[in-house]
Amino acid sequence: MMNHEEIKSCPVIANHIKIALVGQPNVGKSMLINSVSNAHLHVGNFSGVTVDKTEVLFDYKEYHFTVVDLPGTYAFTDYTIEERVTHEYLCAESYDLIINVIDSTSLEKNLQLTAELMSMSKNMVIALNMDDEAKKENIEIDVAYMSELMGIPCVKVSAVTKNGIEDLLNAVIEVRESTAQNAKLIFSEAVEEEIATIVNYLHKHKYEAINSYRNIAINLLKNNKKTYEKLHDNPIWTELQPILIEASKHVELHHDSDDIKEAFAEEYASFNRGIVAEVLYQEVKIEKKTITEKIDSVLIHPIAGIPIFLFFMWGLFQLTFEIGSIPMDWIDAFFGWLGDTVGATIANDDIRSLVVDGIIAGVGAVILFVPNIIILFIGIALLESTGYMSRVAFLLDGFFHKFGMHGQSFIPLVTGFGCSIPAYMSARILKNDRDRLLTLFIIGFMSCGARLPVYVLFIGAFFAPEMAGNILFAIYIGGAMLGMIAAKILKMTAFQGEDEPFVMEMPKYRLPSLKLIWHTVLTKTMMYLKKAGTFIAAASMLVWFLSNYPKNLFLENEYTSKIEAVQAEKSKITLENKLAEVLLEQSYLGQIGKFIEPAFAPLGFDWKMSVALQTGLAAKEVVVSTLGVLYALGSDVDAQNNSLISAISKNISFASAMSFIVVIMIYLPCLAASIVFTREAGGVKYFFYLFTFTSVIAYSMAFITYQIASMFS
Amino acid sequence: MHTLNECEKACKVRVVKLNAKTDLKQRLISFGIMKECVIEVLELAPAKSTIEIKVGKMRIALRAQEAKLIEVEKIDDES
Repeated sequence: MMNHEEIKSCPVIANHIKIALVGQPNVGKSMLINSVSNAHLHVGNFSGVTVDKTEVLFDYKEYHFTVVDLPGTYAFTDYTIEERVTHEYLCAESYDLIINVIDSTSLEKNLQLTAELMSMSKNMVIALNMDDEAKKENIEIDVAYMSELMGIPCVKVSAVTKNGIEDLLNAVIEVRESTAQNAKLIFSEAVEEEIATIVNYLHKHKYEAINSYRNIAINLLKNNKKTYEKLHDNPIWTELQPILIEASKHVELHHDSDDIKEAFAEEYASFNRGIVAEVLYQEVKIEKKTITEKIDSVLIHPIAGIPIFLFFMWGLFQLTFEIGSIPMDWIDAFFGWLGDTVGATIANDDIRSLVVDGIIAGVGAVILFVPNIIILFIGIALLESTGYMSRVAFLLDGFFHKFGMHGQSFIPLVTGFGCSIPAYMSARILKNDRDRLLTLFIIGFMSCGARLPVYVLFIGAFFAPEMAGNILFAIYIGGAMLGMIAAKILKMTAFQGEDEPFVMEMPKYRLPSLKLIWHTVLTKTMMYLKKAGTFIAAASMLVWFLSNYPKNLFLENEYTSKIEAVQAEKSKITLENKLAEVLLEQSYLGQIGKFIEPAFAPLGFDWKMSVALQTGLAAKEVVVSTLGVLYALGSDVDAQNNSLISAISKNISFASAMSFIVVIMIYLPCLAASIVFTREAGGVKYFFYLFTFTSVIAYSMAFITYQIASMFS
Repeated sequence: MHTLNECEKACKVRVVKLNAKTDLKQRLISFGIMKECVIEVLELAPAKSTIEIKVGKMRIALRAQEAKLIEVEKIDDES
């Protein structure tokens, strides 16, 4: 009992087993981890990257298990962020053993990764997952023989039926309790010969190492950097080097290739073919089309494929924004009520304003998007887990590639028409860094729902009602086309270089697991609330401060007495609005607006429009209410408000209005979206790039628009 | 010499050589596309911009420009 505190402070105790869960994509790893009962999920990020890290903690027998679910990877390459994370974790972090999850229905392909894992000389257990599906396909695997051949315990499991989970855990404990494993990875004669030569040499010189000589030899042949670095400073290197060069030549000659990695991949492949031939029995293959191929012949049909996809997307967005708007109204009403109730209990005006208009309104704006995000992510999780997402990329890549983007860019871009925040988050489906960044930069060109009120207001003020629909459509299409052009330009300048190759698996179609979808959606939503919530709340307090300070008691008193002096209700309201206007004019925000007015003069903006653009940085909806305040109508205006429409058509010229619309279309997305963008892009510098990029385009496009529109009017 | 992008739908070929650069070659290999393996063309996207192939039991999509880097030979008999 005396070391009670020690246990608390040091979680790594004797019977703790830390497991790295590794497997190729689409082998049901996450489902396997979810099927362990009584498990606690711990969700976070791998340090420095936006890759979800799931840790599962549970007790079994006398052991505390920690399982780290590593992102799916086809091989030890650093092609995507996910693969890099997995590779680095396996090489650098400390863990007791690896569970390699394998799809039993596709053994040979999965073993390719296993072979690479085996060459790491870590303890390992192989989980042959999807045993239920394998049975359906009449595949039989002799696990006992397989374990013997590979020198690694192999266990049949099924995440769906939960069979074999206990066997797997027992095997893990057994490996943990036994001494080092001897994985039997056997190469072709040529390679084995060279391994033997190197091992003999190391023996002769009694080279001291933690790893086995065989392992070092294999790593040297594979050109493993770290092994080279270690040996490079050793005196034996001078003699070893010529041996290695000779050995590499021999291996390369044997494989008729000048690429040692290719040679080793072929080695692994032939080892795997051997294993599969020994342990796998499948009743005569029926050469009929599989279910997946049947579905594919419809879903990626050259003609019908795209319309079917567009229909799915249309459905998803209907759901997102129609059903999503119902709880949004409730949330909005709730925060209104909360603000009033809390506000009533605070006597001090300044503090009340801070709490109600600053904090509660700010946090409310963040939570308002949660229903949208949940529905959209359920949709995306469905698309991904069924395997349809890859088909989307297949169908659309031809078009998007012309503009330097990837087929999967379509989903974030279309989502951007609803709201940029889930759009930025959904860009994660793009596995390649450059593709993802480029898409992130383009999302803003898709006019989000919050900009609609601004468009409606200005169109209402300057166009005939029968034209309004067409103009609105033109704005949306114009923005999207501009985005495509911007993508092309970015691709040719900032994202210059060779095209990222497009090679992706088209996984089998699978029925989605409810539990898994629930889990992914919950994780994503919590991350949004946690990270965006704190930042956005802080930033909206800043905007609140800038628009409310410095206080001017003199003005306030002057107007209060004026308001008290007049009798008519109407003139009271007019005076109150006038007060709001002058207060905003002399606030920090107003001062900034006045200060930058000359910069916006070439676009035809007065200081009021400049200020509205700035408050629009907080949220686009605010542009309309700011204009309402500034044109002295009170803040309770919306886009349909006739007096605001007439005030705008009276005070703003047609040319200024057009250039204002252009700026709204292009310039920086709202604060919440900018923060999400910065997080997804992976650094503050990207925010400044985005700021510069959008500002330059917005300014120059608005300038052109203003000049052209001025000529006509 | 044929390359994979020249193949029509439902055609079966054997890989002779990968002409891709290191990174892409690694990627192809990790998908099981290597010398001697048999590829079946399953589906072609409009304008042949993307093709879907089958290697072993795995279905893979790739762009025409990547397919161009894969040298193949036709498998004569259908057995």
